[in-house]
Amino acid sequence: MEQAVEGEYRAFMTGNEAVAWAALAAGAHYMFGYPITPQNEIMHLWRRLGSQYERGFLQTEDELAAGFATIGAVVSGKVAFSATAGPGSVLFQEPLSMAEMMRLPVVVVVQQRGGPSTATVIYSQQELTLTCFGGNGEGLRLVYSTASHQELYDYTIKAFHNAWRYRFPTFVLGDGYQAKMREALVLYDPGERGIGPVPAKPIFHSQRRGAEKPLLHLRNSFSVEEELGEVLERHLDDYARAVPALVEHEFFGEPDGALLVVAHGVVGRAARQAVQELRREGRRVNYFRPITLRPFPEQALREALQLSGGSVLVAESAEGQLGNLVRLAASAEGLPDFRSYYRPGVGITAEEIKEAVLNERAVDAALLE
Amino acid sequence: MSELSMPRCWNKDSKPHRFCPGCGHGLVLKALGLAVDELGLEERLVFACDIGCSLLAWDFFTFPCMQTHHGRTIPVAVGLKRASPDLVAVAYMGDGGGYSIGLQHLFSAALRSDPITAILVNNTVYAMTGGQMAPTTLPGQKTETTPFGREESDTGLPFKGPETLAAVVQPEAYLARGTVARVPLLKKMIKKALERQLQGSFAFVEALSTCPTNWRTSAADTWSFLEQRMSRYYRPGEIATAGREES
Repeated sequence: MEQAVEGEYRAFMTGNEAVAWAALAAGAHYMFGYPITPQNEIMHLWRRLGSQYERGFLQTEDELAAGFATIGAVVSGKVAFSATAGPGSVLFQEPLSMAEMMRLPVVVVVQQRGGPSTATVIYSQQELTLTCFGGNGEGLRLVYSTASHQELYDYTIKAFHNAWRYRFPTFVLGDGYQAKMREALVLYDPGERGIGPVPAKPIFHSQRRGAEKPLLHLRNSFSVEEELGEVLERHLDDYARAVPALVEHEFFGEPDGALLVVAHGVVGRAARQAVQELRREGRRVNYFRPITLRPFPEQALREALQLSGGSVLVAESAEGQLGNLVRLAASAEGLPDFRSYYRPGVGITAEEIKEAVLNERAVDAALLE
Repeated sequence: MSELSMPRCWNKDSKPHRFCPGCGHGLVLKALGLAVDELGLEERLVFACDIGCSLLAWDFFTFPCMQTHHGRTIPVAVGLKRASPDLVAVAYMGDGGGYSIGLQHLFSAALRSDPITAILVNNTVYAMTGGQMAPTTLPGQKTETTPFGREESDTGLPFKGPETLAAVVQPEAYLARGTVARVPLLKKMIKKALERQLQGSFAFVEALSTCPTNWRTSAADTWSFLEQRMSRYYRPGEIATAGREES
């Protein structure tokens, strides 16, 4: 398989193109896709470049087939992925639930769109809960929420590696805005940055932890509840042990903070700018952005809250999907002084976050002086 | 190898198998096992099975076997074969999985002529879930969801899979209907279906089979249902594919 990205160079492209280049650079072998806006250009570019770099593509009959065909490819030991959005994500939950329980390293890029609806495909963060917990199971998944094209590139590569290393379905969660906007980033050969090839090998014949013999028969069927319970317990244990190595976040602020602004993904960009401006204006505001939504960086969030007087404002283009994760994480040390700026399915600017922070209904502005 | 003995590629640790007494699955899987033995394909074979009774075959063979979800066995086999063309992919399913919930996958794989071998067991009912109507339930046949007999005016006519696919597959594809009443012939069909995959084409075998548990039939009635009623509606044999259209 020919190396698609050699050395490193700056590029100016859309987020969807950045994802396709990242999958090529990571050495993904096959993409199974079904058209849905706003992720289409990932498969467009993959299809064109794929023939040049000996990678496969199939446009399947629906998202169910895309998900299950990705599973088939992965079982045979090949690095494979798909991309989807909105109603497509809903259909993807069936194959992903199976992948979750059978520990299959399927990678899916989700470019969120507003809704549930048709046509609104630009600005939304309403697929957080679906992506993290959409299956009929425990949400044993890795979910990276990106805030720039560089992150789309970096975390798409990382998604393949961690999916195969930890054997949990892994997601890159973007949105229509990131998908379609053009931005500068650096493309690089992961090998030159010390990132080896994705550790992919056939699932059959592999040796599982605690198993007596190599795996030949792959099932997700159990005769009694206790048998299922034991398997789940093992998966939950594996997940819990992986959490410290997986969680990622971005924080800036000072120990004198009086309020922590929390946002993820593209809204995180607006939050970062808002907090930077507020700091310059002498306001004691800190900033926290979870990069992994699942597992959630709970410990880091609690530490950030301690530096911020226990007050938090969550901004998101959804009605509390991130807010609930923040509340849950924070509640281990007592309920925080919680405020929210929810705009489900609507974009959020830095100015709006500043206004929300300074709004007397949101927080006593005097405290921030 | 004698057709009276157990196929070499059967996993003896999982025998006796889990199917009900009188069920035809064991015979279909015997035909498959013998075909794989004769072609010497066990090193390359991957077997994927659907949900429902076919799931009980998840550890049936000594080659890799995996279960999937209801109706989704074909896309798993398609993905596996596309990503790893050296493997031989067998998708094994029932009539509910193949002709109802997964029909678009069967149809689409046939349209694309994906080089996989699909084997579908037609016993006219959803058996694992307790005997509901399947697309293949015969007119007048009683099931839990057609307790007064299947009515054409309400639920249509039984689905003829190979005949339907014949209209859309490429001429090189293989389509056949066998029966557990004639295992040697069924084995020959499955063997051809595996060979056709090796030649790069889609191959599909429907196997008429028995379900005395849900049919609530005696041994004699089971056999006559299979040989008389089913075989009359579903004619066993190879099904000719339509020729390539001029374009």
